[in-house]
Amino acid sequence: MEKSKIVVIGNGMVGYKFCEKAISSSLRTQLEIVVFGEEPRPAYDRVHLSSYFGEKTLEELTMAPLTWYEKNNIRIHLGDPVLELDKENKKVTSHRGVVESYDYLVFATGSGAFVPPIKGVELDGVFVYRTIEDLDMMKSHAKKAKTGVVIGGGLLGLEAAKALLDLGVSDAHVVEFAPRLMPRQIDAAGSGVLESKLAELGIKVHANKNTETFLGDDTVSGLKFYDGETLNAEMVVISAGIKPRDELAKAAELKTGLRGGIEVNESMETSQESIFAIGECALYDGMIYGLVAPGYEMAEVALNSIAKKIINDVVSKRSEFTGFDMSTKLKLIGVDVASFGNAFAEAPGCKTITFEDRAKGIYKRVNVSNDGKELLGGILIGDAEQYNMLLQTVNNKLPIPQNAEELIIGSRGGEDDGAGIMAISDFALICSCEAVTKGDILEEVEKGCSTLDGLKKATKACTGCGGCTPMVKDLLNAGLVAQGVFVRNVICEHFDHTRQEILSLTKMKNLKTYDEVLDTLGTGDGCETCKPAVASILASLWGENVLEKGRITAQDSNDRFLANIQRGGTYSVVPRIPAGEITPDKLIVIGKVAKKYGLYTKITGGQRIDMFGAHVSDLPNIWEELIDAGFETGQAYGKSLRTVKSCVGTTWCRYGVQDAVSFAIEVENRYKGLRSPHKLKGGVSGCVRECAEAKGKDFGIIATEIGWNLYVGGNGGATPRHAELLATDLSDERCIQLIDRFLMFYIQTAEPLQRTAAWMDKMEGGIAYLKTVIMDDVLGICEELDEGMQKLVENYKCEWTEAVNNPEIRKQFAHFVNAPEEKDPTVELVPFREQVKAKDWN
Amino acid sequence: METVLETKAWVKACKVEDIPANGGACVMIDGEQIAIFNFERRGEWYATQNLCPHKQQMVLSRGMIGATKDEPKVACPFHKKNFSLKTGACMGEEDYQLKTYEIKVEGDDVFVGI
Repeated sequence: MEKSKIVVIGNGMVGYKFCEKAISSSLRTQLEIVVFGEEPRPAYDRVHLSSYFGEKTLEELTMAPLTWYEKNNIRIHLGDPVLELDKENKKVTSHRGVVESYDYLVFATGSGAFVPPIKGVELDGVFVYRTIEDLDMMKSHAKKAKTGVVIGGGLLGLEAAKALLDLGVSDAHVVEFAPRLMPRQIDAAGSGVLESKLAELGIKVHANKNTETFLGDDTVSGLKFYDGETLNAEMVVISAGIKPRDELAKAAELKTGLRGGIEVNESMETSQESIFAIGECALYDGMIYGLVAPGYEMAEVALNSIAKKIINDVVSKRSEFTGFDMSTKLKLIGVDVASFGNAFAEAPGCKTITFEDRAKGIYKRVNVSNDGKELLGGILIGDAEQYNMLLQTVNNKLPIPQNAEELIIGSRGGEDDGAGIMAISDFALICSCEAVTKGDILEEVEKGCSTLDGLKKATKACTGCGGCTPMVKDLLNAGLVAQGVFVRNVICEHFDHTRQEILSLTKMKNLKTYDEVLDTLGTGDGCETCKPAVASILASLWGENVLEKGRITAQDSNDRFLANIQRGGTYSVVPRIPAGEITPDKLIVIGKVAKKYGLYTKITGGQRIDMFGAHVSDLPNIWEELIDAGFETGQAYGKSLRTVKSCVGTTWCRYGVQDAVSFAIEVENRYKGLRSPHKLKGGVSGCVRECAEAKGKDFGIIATEIGWNLYVGGNGGATPRHAELLATDLSDERCIQLIDRFLMFYIQTAEPLQRTAAWMDKMEGGIAYLKTVIMDDVLGICEELDEGMQKLVENYKCEWTEAVNNPEIRKQFAHFVNAPEEKDPTVELVPFREQVKAKDWN
Repeated sequence: METVLETKAWVKACKVEDIPANGGACVMIDGEQIAIFNFERRGEWYATQNLCPHKQQMVLSRGMIGATKDEPKVACPFHKKNFSLKTGACMGEEDYQLKTYEIKVEGDDVFVGI
């Protein structure tokens, strides 16, 4: 059978999606596909372009590597745009002179940045925000720029403003021609809330401004508006809209729109038979669809139109494009922004309900039909958690509560969040990027799929913008529950229990070793997930040496060697320096030990000193010398208390109102050695200036005139969270009692590797509930919590002191057990700023 | 005539007591670093290369051992890549491969087949 040849012009997200759909359809064996791309690299995720400056690499942004095209027999010409189309003879010619004939031609040329006719647009330092090349050029220019201006306050413009911040441009401005931001998506009140959020981040918004000229000789230095005002700028990013790439189509005399775009019908066919256009270059019913989801739908429709011509049948559901719901939800600069349905509907055609919390930066608006029975649309800023539910309610005309405000402020009855999801129709679109319905997802769950990853693979849901992930998770859980599967967070395949259950059962049955726990409560031979989790539970319950009674091999590597493994396989050594207070003599000891064993030294974030590059066999000798000088282990290797950071307080500081250092030392010494589900950090500040950053700690203590305020559940790290106020003006004793109870309650009920911040976030009722448990004792467990902690405090022993004095344990610190004196010859330390560092491992 | 039969030399590696129960330790044999594992729960012994092929680190003997669906494995301490102790194959997506060695215990001594 002869193959039909399709030439795709353009290798962006939509062009790629067309190829992906074609080769995964039943039509694939009958197709020969050739792709031309103007950019030098295969299609990448332009929606998340700004993350190129932050968390993502080009590789991660790439939709599929070149090997994918090769594997699927797609010939791809990159860096080679098509320049000529001969529609009579059905062939195209590229910039490099490649000539390809076609049976079907697909335009997926996308769009370029619309650059308004402003004088000075050719100056150095004026950029558009469209491709990886644009970003690379911005990156190198931004090194010299402190102030930056984005022209355009739409979706892309705000993304570009975030990119400026990520590039280190500290003074960022957004200039918008319309009187408000995102004029297509949100209303004036929403824009106001968004503006104040942006101001917090250091982005200043200038609305109602029309730029006349870019100022500067060779390099841009500012802009002048038509109202005469000026604004300084060392770089400018233009993001004022898009312009469909229709120049080739125009030259070939295909029908194009007045303001650009290749005209298409419901089949995505252009004015010329067998030539199609999809994505942002296509003009359907007078409209360009500048989002990726409708582009993907167009790709599917075009493929079906071609299939109809080849096999007289379609290969998937959608064979007609009839417009697209432009509802959107996105996170802009960390702020949720969503609009759905008819966002701007107004009285008298409907009733509008708004909710605003300026302090929190939240604005919500819903438009409800006059009879109060139907939701028409709305806007969400600052908190868009209800977006998916509201969108489904609009699209499927679901009944709404009698008090329509419950749609945005929640029911006072406290209904279960996931409960509504099973009420919506099976045809409801859950993932609009990949057109996955609720029915599609539940079908996979019924077929036996029980994980989110499995669902992603099977249906492709969540793989586009990712916005539907929470809903897909809810559906998965609801689907499993419907099948009678009890959904619980069991630890791993060896234990059909949650961490809390294992802890309770281990205590009740008085189990002391990992093997006892596994034999009694689990099955199989264990793994690297349950071993450290159980080891931590045993330590929290009994406070016995972690390296005795066969527990040594249940510890994670760091706990097994009582040190942190580092690049190259050496370890770091951190003695405890409570509250950061250290004598000159002890400093000298650390210096001498580090010199003797060739260690790199650095002050840690927790006010102590870390020594890096220790061979495993040197560890006992190093510790012996430190212990002789009065040091103890710092447990930097354990899921345990790290440090209690302090400011100098009344001992020296003219502002201090309490003795922060003494209290921090007392608190650190009380909880040292305490094993917990994850690491613990504390802080004590001597006054409200909060120099110890106590509110970023698991427990933070801040001095008042008459005592201490106690905050709990704070965190720095990847997801910073401020600790919440638990109680005020406490005495030393009461403060410690409450920390005892807080920590023991956490140890008993948290999941493995869950910090107190995440634990508090998951706790139903939050801080209010915590207060009732550890202050009002509603569960009647306070006495037990107090006793549990007291026992652990009394059982404390320095693990390293025990290790160096116990020959059996000490023997384990050798790299070669058949040559204990030899060190690992592969360890390489290289000179680095007058010290050493591990050799790079890449 | 040169019939090359692969002859296995059994080399004494260490004492049984040198390897912690349900864990591993490293030995040096002819300049080669070999990780020895005493999987006491299963009554089994294993030997593999000590080098984790992911970041070229000599650390596998310090990894936690366990099983996935009855396949005995070791998890590298650095990034928890899992390797089958039986076949040496990486149990994730990547196709890393460990060299494995035959191993036997006689009396108090552990021997590795080189």
